[in-house]
Amino acid sequence: MILTITTTKKPATDLGYLLHKSPDRCQSTKLSFGTAHVFYPEVSKEKCTAALLLDVDPIEMIRGKNRSKSSMPLEQYVNDKPYVASSFLSVALVGAFGTALNGKCKTKPELVDVKFPLTAKLSVVQARGGENVLKKLFDPLGYKLKMKRQPLDKKFEEWGEGNYFSIELSNTLTVKELLNHLYVLIPVLDNYKHYFVDKQEMEKLLKRGEGWLSEHPEREFIANRYLKYRMSLAREAVTRLSEANPIQEQEEDSKLSLEEELESSVSLNEERHGTVLSALKSHNAEKVIDLGCAEGRFIGLLLKDKSFKKIVGMDVSIRCLEIASQRLKFERMAPMQKERIELMHGSLMYRDKRFSGFDAATAIEVIEHLDPPRLAAFERVLFEFAKPKMAVITTPNVEYNVMWENLPAGKFRHNDHRFEWTRKEFQEWACRVAEKFGYGVKYLPIGPEDKKVGSPTQMAIFIKE
Amino acid sequence: MEIKLPKLSLVVLVGPSGSGKSSFAKKHFLPTEILSSDYCRSLVSDDENDQKVTSEAFEVLHFIARKRLAAGKMTVIDATNVQKEARKPLVELAREFHCLPCAIVFDLPRSVCHERNKTRPDRDFGRHVIQQQISQMKRNMRSLKYEGFRHIYRLNSEEQVNESFITRTPLWNDKTDEKGPFDIIGDIHGCCDELEELLQKLGYEVKGQSEGVLGGPIYSHPEGRKAVFVGDLVDRGPRNLDAMKLAYNMVSTENALCVPGNHDMKFMRKLQGKDVQITHGLAETLAEVDAIPEETKAEFTEAAKKFLYSLVSHYLLDGGKLVVSHAGLKQEMQGRGSGKVRDFCLYGETTGETDEFGLPVRYNWAAEYRGPAMVVYGHTPVVEPEWLNRTVNIDTGCVFGGKLTALRYPEKEFVEVSSKKIYCEPKKPMDFDDKDKPVLTQQQHLDDLLDAEDVIGKRIVLTRLRSNVTIREENAIAALEVMSRFAINPKWLIYLPPTMSPSETSQKDGYLEYPTEAFSYFRKLGIPKVICEEKHMGSRAVIVICKDVDTSTKRFGVVEKKLGVIYTRTGRSFFNNDELEQQFLERLKGSMDKANFWEEFETDWACFDCELMPWSEKAKELLKTQYAAVGSSATASLAESVKLLKKTVKRGGITTKKSSRSESSFDTDINLLMDRFANRQGLIKQYISAYQQYCWPVQSIDDYKLAPFHLLATEKQVHVDKNHEWHMNTLAKICEKDKKVLLATPFKIVDVTDKASEDEAIQWWIQHTNKGGEGMVIKPLDFVAKGKRGLVQPALKCRGKEYLRIIYGPEYSTDENLERLRNRGLGTKRSLAMREFAIGIEGLERFVRKEPLRRVHECTFGVLALESEPVDPRL
Repeated sequence: MILTITTTKKPATDLGYLLHKSPDRCQSTKLSFGTAHVFYPEVSKEKCTAALLLDVDPIEMIRGKNRSKSSMPLEQYVNDKPYVASSFLSVALVGAFGTALNGKCKTKPELVDVKFPLTAKLSVVQARGGENVLKKLFDPLGYKLKMKRQPLDKKFEEWGEGNYFSIELSNTLTVKELLNHLYVLIPVLDNYKHYFVDKQEMEKLLKRGEGWLSEHPEREFIANRYLKYRMSLAREAVTRLSEANPIQEQEEDSKLSLEEELESSVSLNEERHGTVLSALKSHNAEKVIDLGCAEGRFIGLLLKDKSFKKIVGMDVSIRCLEIASQRLKFERMAPMQKERIELMHGSLMYRDKRFSGFDAATAIEVIEHLDPPRLAAFERVLFEFAKPKMAVITTPNVEYNVMWENLPAGKFRHNDHRFEWTRKEFQEWACRVAEKFGYGVKYLPIGPEDKKVGSPTQMAIFIKE
Repeated sequence: MEIKLPKLSLVVLVGPSGSGKSSFAKKHFLPTEILSSDYCRSLVSDDENDQKVTSEAFEVLHFIARKRLAAGKMTVIDATNVQKEARKPLVELAREFHCLPCAIVFDLPRSVCHERNKTRPDRDFGRHVIQQQISQMKRNMRSLKYEGFRHIYRLNSEEQVNESFITRTPLWNDKTDEKGPFDIIGDIHGCCDELEELLQKLGYEVKGQSEGVLGGPIYSHPEGRKAVFVGDLVDRGPRNLDAMKLAYNMVSTENALCVPGNHDMKFMRKLQGKDVQITHGLAETLAEVDAIPEETKAEFTEAAKKFLYSLVSHYLLDGGKLVVSHAGLKQEMQGRGSGKVRDFCLYGETTGETDEFGLPVRYNWAAEYRGPAMVVYGHTPVVEPEWLNRTVNIDTGCVFGGKLTALRYPEKEFVEVSSKKIYCEPKKPMDFDDKDKPVLTQQQHLDDLLDAEDVIGKRIVLTRLRSNVTIREENAIAALEVMSRFAINPKWLIYLPPTMSPSETSQKDGYLEYPTEAFSYFRKLGIPKVICEEKHMGSRAVIVICKDVDTSTKRFGVVEKKLGVIYTRTGRSFFNNDELEQQFLERLKGSMDKANFWEEFETDWACFDCELMPWSEKAKELLKTQYAAVGSSATASLAESVKLLKKTVKRGGITTKKSSRSESSFDTDINLLMDRFANRQGLIKQYISAYQQYCWPVQSIDDYKLAPFHLLATEKQVHVDKNHEWHMNTLAKICEKDKKVLLATPFKIVDVTDKASEDEAIQWWIQHTNKGGEGMVIKPLDFVAKGKRGLVQPALKCRGKEYLRIIYGPEYSTDENLERLRNRGLGTKRSLAMREFAIGIEGLERFVRKEPLRRVHECTFGVLALESEPVDPRL
C-alpha cells in the first residue's frame, strides 16, 4: 500500500519541512505490523511528491497480536491487509508524520496554517458500497475525487467487480487537515480494524476529528464505522460530537439486516410481539416456551408481565443466547424474577423432553429458517412430543413482498430464509398439521393489511383439542 | 453355616449395637459394599455417634444404596435395623431396583453385646439402650418373612458367627457363560408339526427317545447349537402337550433353554388346582390332559407342574449380550429378580387402555429401549419379525395361520416355517398378505426423529478402531447448531470424513512440505508400504447413491423418492439444488450400471468419498471475497509502489545515513527496497495463477469432474478391510465408463524401505505440483493400519509449493517467511484426524449393521463436533 502527497505550491519543497522528512533520504519507521518508509519520487520547486510506503509483514501481522488464537478462519492468514489502505495507514501516519499530524513544524512553523493545493493518491482502498461511499465521505470536505476501480480477476470476468479503487483526492487545505482527514476516514472504509476498539480509540477520533467531523453530514456513519459498531461507545461519541449540532437518537443496531430494514418501516416486530402476547394472554397461558428465542426480545416482554409464571427461551445458537442473557441482564436479575425465566440451548430438529409441560409454545419467525424437508421433524418435535396446550407460529407472508420497493422481486426478506409462504401455503400446512396432531387452528394477520396481498406477517394459533 | 446370597442382593444386617455386625461385614464383604450408618453419620457431622444427624445420615445411606443398586452392585446395610420401620424403606429400595432383599440377623446373647459395648469407650449409651434394641428385634423377628425378605439367616451364637461363610450365588437367569450359538424359537402354541419341521430345517436331529409321562423324541444339534424357546408352548394349537414335552426333553438334556410364557404359567396354575378362566385356548390343552389315561394322569400332572415351575422368567446369555424373555424386557430389569420383573417377562407392560378389539394396548417399551443387549421376545403376534432398537419380536402367529420363526444367534438370520393351517382365529385380524404394510419400518419411523438426549452434553463414543472417543460439551453445542441449521436429513448422513494432517514440516530449502517426511513417518511406525494418490483441488464430497429410488425408502427410511445425496464434509447439501443433485447421481449411476457394480457387490446402495471439482463451484464466494480480492488489491498496490520506487531511484541522490537515533527509526537502502517490492510483485503473479488453476466455469454437468477415492460401504460391508490399491482399481472400473465427468485418481505404490521407490514418487510429486497440481495424499497401503504404537494416521497430505501460496499467503515462500512458518505444531491436527477417522468408520459400521439411526448419528455428530475444535486452518 502506498500513499503519495503532492503539492504544486512554490516552493513545493516546503512539503519536506512540513512532513518533517528529508527528500534526500528514504526514512523508515518500525511499526507493530511492519515498516513505514517515506521517500520522494519527485522533488522540484514546482512540484514535490512524498510517498508513504507501508511494508506490511504478513506473517508478523498474524503472529504479533493474535498469537493465542490458533483457530482464526483462514481469511485471517491470507487477506488484503498488506496491500490496502486500512487502519494500518492511520497507525503509519502517526509513526511517520506524527509531527505534521499534530500541526507542528520546527523549522518553518509559519507553514502549518498555510493552505496548499494538495493531492493525495492512495494506491488501493477498499470501499464496500462502491463509489458512493467514497463520495459521501470526501465531497463534503471539499475534495475533488478521482476514482479508478480495479478489476477483480481478469481471467474470470463473470465473478464481477471488486470493491478496490485507486483514488486521488485534491483540495486546497493545510497539510495537517489532509492528514487528519485521512487518519479518520481511511479506517472508516476498512471494515475490520486490527486493534481492539476501546475508549482510547474514541478519544483519538474526537481529537483527529476536531473542527470538521461535527459538521460532516455523515458524522454518525463515520463514528459508527470507525468504532466498529461498538454501539455504546459509538453513541457516546456521537452525543459528545453533536453538542453544537444536536442529532436524533438512532436505532439500537446500526447494522440492520435487510429484513429488519424493510420491516422497521412498519415497526412490524413490535406489532408481531404484541399480537403474540395478546394471543397468549387471551388463552391464559402461564407457562410459555419461546422456540427460537434469538436474542430474547420476546421473552423479555413476557418477563415484564406478572401473569407469566414460567418463561423459557430456547435457541439453537449459543451466541444468540449469550446476547439474550446480556440483554435480559441475567446475572443481576432478582432471584424472584430469575426463577420465572430460563434460557435453554436446544434444537427444533431433535425431540427434547425439556420442551414439554408448557401451556404455550411460540415460534416467532422461525419456521422459514428450516429446510422444507426438515419441517416434518419440527412438526413432530412441537406437536407430537412437546404437546403444548397452545402453539403460536408466525412467518412472513410472501405475497406482501411486492409492497417493498427495495426488495428485488423473487428475493427473500432474509438470507437465511429457506422459504417464504403465501397465505394459502401457510394455511394448508397449518391445517394439515393441526388435523394430524389433534389441534384446532385459527389465523390472524399482523401488520398493515393490503386488500390484495394481505399483511406482511401471518400467524396461526393452534389449540389442543 | 453357609449363608447363600444372590449376587445382586441388598443385604440388611439386623442386630443391636455390639452384636458384631460391623466386624462380620468387614470379614465377608468388600469395604465398598458396606454402607454403615455410623460412617454416614461421620460423613455429615465428623462424629460416628452423633445421634442428632441420624436422619441426614440415612438420607446419605439411601442415596448411595440407590446408586449402587441401579448399577447392579451388591450392597450391605450395616445399621441396627431392629425396627420394622427402619427396614421397610430398604425393602422398598430393593424392590425398586428389582433385586432381592436378604436379612442376616445377629441374635446373640445379650451379655455378649453388653461386654462388647463396654470395651468401646465411644459407646457411652447405657445398658437400657441395648436392652431396648434387643427386645425390639425379638418382637418382630417372625415378621421378617412377611416384610419381603427373600433369604433370612439367623446367627445365634458367637461360634455360629465365626463359623459362617458366605456363598454368592448367581441368579437363575444368569446364563452369561452360555455363549451359544443359539436358535431362538418364537411362540409355538401347540403347533408341534411346524416346530418339528423348523427344528429339522435348523439342522436338529432326533438323537433318542425319552421314557415316562413326558417322554418323547430328543432333538439335538450336531454342531452343539442350543434352542431357546421364548415360551407359550401350549394353548390354542393341535398338539399342545407334544410341544411342551418336546421342549421339556430338549431342556432336560441341555439341548435347549426355555423361558415361560403367560399361557404356560396359566396352564401350570390350573394344574396346581388354582381357579383360572378357561379362555384363550386353554381348553384345547386341558382337553389333551383329559385324554391321558387315568392311571398316568396324576403322574403327568406332577411332572408337568414341576417342569413349568422350574422355568426362569428370562435369561441373560452370551456374557449379557443376549436377553431372551417371553414379552421382552427393559434394560433396568435385565438380569434382575423380582415379582415385577417376572410380570414384565410374562405380560409386558400395558398402557391401561384397550383397543377396538378389546385387547390391551401394549406400552411400546422397545421404542425407548437404549440397552446394549439384544432382546429377543414373542408374546404379541406380528406379521414379520422387525428389529427395533436391538430388540426383535419373533412371534409370527403360527397358530393364527402365520409362520413359526427362529432367530439364529449370533448370525441374526431368521429361519421360518409356514403354518399348515389357521388353527385359531385371532381376535385382531392379521394381515399376512402385507397389503397395508406401512411404507417405513417401525425402526425407520422411530428414526424419523432423533432425541436431543442422544447428542447434547459430554459424550463418549465407543469405537472399534480406537476404543473411547470423547466429545466435549462445547463441541457438541457447536455441532448441534450446524447440524440443525445446515445439515441434510440425518437419515442420509451416514458418514463424515476425517480431517487430514500434512506431513511433518520440511527443512528443505524453499519447501514447507516435501514427501520425504511422510515416508519417514510411516517407516518409523513400522509400515512398509504406502500409496501415493494425486490430490485433487476441488471440494470434498460424500456420495450416498442408490440403485433405484425405492431403495431410498427401503434402506434409508426416507419418504421422498431420491437416488441419493451428495454432501459436504460438514453434512450440507453439496449443490443446494435438488434437480442438479439428482441429475448428477443419475449420471454416476449410469456408469455404475455399466460397470456391473450392483451385481458385483450384491448391493442396492453405495457410499463414496470423493473430491468434486472445480473448486470455484463451491468456493466462489471465498474466491471472490478473499483470493481474487487479495490478487486484485495486491496487483494494483504493488504496481504503484514499484513504479514510484523506480522513479525515486532514477531521480538519484538518495543517501542512506547509517546513524540511527533509535531502533524504530532508521534509513533504508532504496535500491534494496525496490528489489524487494519487485520480487513481491512476481510472487503475487504466481499466487494468482495458483488459484486460477482450480477454477473454471460450469455450464452443464459435463463441466464437473468427480474423483472418487474410497468406496466406503455397500450393503453388509464397510470396505475398510481392503487396501487402497483395491479401492483405486475398483473405482477406476467405474470411472472408465464416463471419462468426461469421472476421474480415476493416478496413484503410485511406494516401498518406504527402498530409496529408489521413494525417489520415483518424489519426482512424480514434483512433476505433478509443477504442473499446478495440489499435491498428493500418502496413505498406508492398508485402509486401517496398525503400527508399533497402534493405529497410524490414515492419510497424510503433502502439498505442492505453489498450492501452499493459497494457504499461507502470496509471499510465504521468501526465505525469511518460510523460516518463521516452519514453526508449526501438528499434534492437535493429528490427534483429531485419528479420532475422527475412528468415529467416522464406526458410524458406517453401525449403519451397515442396521443399528438404530441414533447410533449412526452419534458418530457423524461426533465428527462434526470434533471438527469444531480449534486448529490452525492452514494445516
